Amino acid sequence: MALALVARAQLAIEISGAGANRIPVAVAAFEGENSLPGTITEVVRGDLARSGLFSVVELGSQPMSVTALPDFMDVRGRGADAVLVGSVVPADGGRLEVRFRLFDTQRQTELGALALRMTAQQHRATGHRIADFVFEKLTGLKGVFSTRIAYVVKTAGRFQLQIADADGMNAQTALASREPIISPAWSPDGSKLAYVSFEAKKPVVYVHSLATGLRNVAANFKGSNSAPAWSPDGRLLAVVLTKDGQSQLYTVNADGSGVRRIASSSGIDTEPAWSADGNWIYFTSDRGGSPQIYRIPASGGGVERISFDGSYNVTPRPSPDGRTIAFVTRNSGRFQVAVMDLASRQVQILTDSSRDESPSFAPNGQMILYATEVGGRGVLAAVSADGRIKQRLSVQAADVREPAWGPLPR
Amino acid sequence: MRHHLVVPALLLALLAGCSSTPMSGSDQTGASVEDRSSGTVQTPGVQTVTPGQGLGDAGIAALKDPNNILSKRSVLFDYDSFTIRDEFKPLIQAHARFLQANPSMKMLVQGNTDERGSREYNIALGQKRSDAVKKALQLLGAPEAQIESVSLGEEKPRCVEASEACWAQNRRGDMLYSGEF
Repeated sequence: MALALVARAQLAIEISGAGANRIPVAVAAFEGENSLPGTITEVVRGDLARSGLFSVVELGSQPMSVTALPDFMDVRGRGADAVLVGSVVPADGGRLEVRFRLFDTQRQTELGALALRMTAQQHRATGHRIADFVFEKLTGLKGVFSTRIAYVVKTAGRFQLQIADADGMNAQTALASREPIISPAWSPDGSKLAYVSFEAKKPVVYVHSLATGLRNVAANFKGSNSAPAWSPDGRLLAVVLTKDGQSQLYTVNADGSGVRRIASSSGIDTEPAWSADGNWIYFTSDRGGSPQIYRIPASGGGVERISFDGSYNVTPRPSPDGRTIAFVTRNSGRFQVAVMDLASRQVQILTDSSRDESPSFAPNGQMILYATEVGGRGVLAAVSADGRIKQRLSVQAADVREPAWGPLPR
Repeated sequence: MRHHLVVPALLLALLAGCSSTPMSGSDQTGASVEDRSSGTVQTPGVQTVTPGQGLGDAGIAALKDPNNILSKRSVLFDYDSFTIRDEFKPLIQAHARFLQANPSMKMLVQGNTDERGSREYNIALGQKRSDAVKKALQLLGAPEAQIESVSLGEEKPRCVEASEACWAQNRRGDMLYSGEF
């Protein structure tokens, strides 16, 4: 298999937990995909299975055409509630068209159909788009199979900021450095990453355009510059600066101009994160004696304390729907990812590991990606917001850390 | 006064260094990288950037002489503490005097923490350590303008085992002079 040759540098994803009620779905082999460098069918099946929300019903390798109705009795007999069929056909300009239809096997009705144009090399991206379609039709949630993730890989004396597809494939290096790189943050349109690099022997915030590799300094004031967070409109970065004393919250324009202080305390304020509606900035502060989570209206105003239980609650990350925050709590000496329902202030610890860091919501809010440690080595893991589905993403012989889940493609 | 002899050499190194310090992306020659984007539906390409390396050594004899207290650069801290222990006061005093005597010298104080907890929160804690070192230097007469205090958080551990002995070495402030950062 050609794929196995490149897989060494890829993130390998294993599932260690699944949803309580997985939807049984059958994905028929796509007709006419044999000419592609790889199959669309396997991409769709893999995405759906790894999500933990589906059980992929075995349907064999016999292709089913999109033009014929599937044998509902047969597919139903295999236990599938839904079946996807598709065909790859030539289109003009040397391109290909992938037509597919999703059926409810019980009602024997079509749930949706779509056609996508692609080149043969785009079969994986097309497979992710199709999996997104199936996911949304069957769960009502946006699929995130076409998104990308950023993370930092540490090998001996070398740090690489990498970008991979959400399935861990197609990893590419955006920045390679001998000095540490931390806190990557995706711009809302997915075209740029802000991050902290120590290449100048101190933390400096950069904004890096992924397609061109061009970057600019967003914050390099006297002292430390860290913890970048994008405003939802992509115009501002919240950053933490020490130019006026202890670590405090500021905003700058993405080009580094227009620095403005947004809060002040006599202690540490750090790890800002905007709520998706742009109304709040959540952050960590030790103003009350121990590190706890607070929020401040983005337009300015009074600071409100959010976390109260325990002596170490850090790295607040609001969910896309604004109803919960993910954060890291220290619980009997273990650092674990937890979620808090903001209405009830109820906290649920989601993991049983002890070195969790850097939680990051998937853009549909269903999963939380984070860094943890297994056997002394940094790995990435993901857990569903209800704690049931668990995945681990690792790279062979390397430390992986600082994950950030990118936005939905536009 | 051997200090005075070595300063000009250091200044040269500093000036030479300024032009090559990577401060913005514009002077990066982005190393070529495979463009695997192939114009796919939703996967724009990613260019690799490799930052330039730091400055070379600028030899200042007194700062490098192992028999001179100025060659010692680290101040260690207790767990969850940002107070300078008495044993480090002579060291800080020596560096404060050196800075006073060499007004063209700049110092970068890098604060460090052990590996436990949030990386960004540890940046803030490391800053408290470098600020403590800077403040102590100032109290002993070092001019504020010569010193920049920054934090490396948990990112540059001196010791990488998960043990208290190791963590103790990582809770420190390091004093670097012009040409060394």
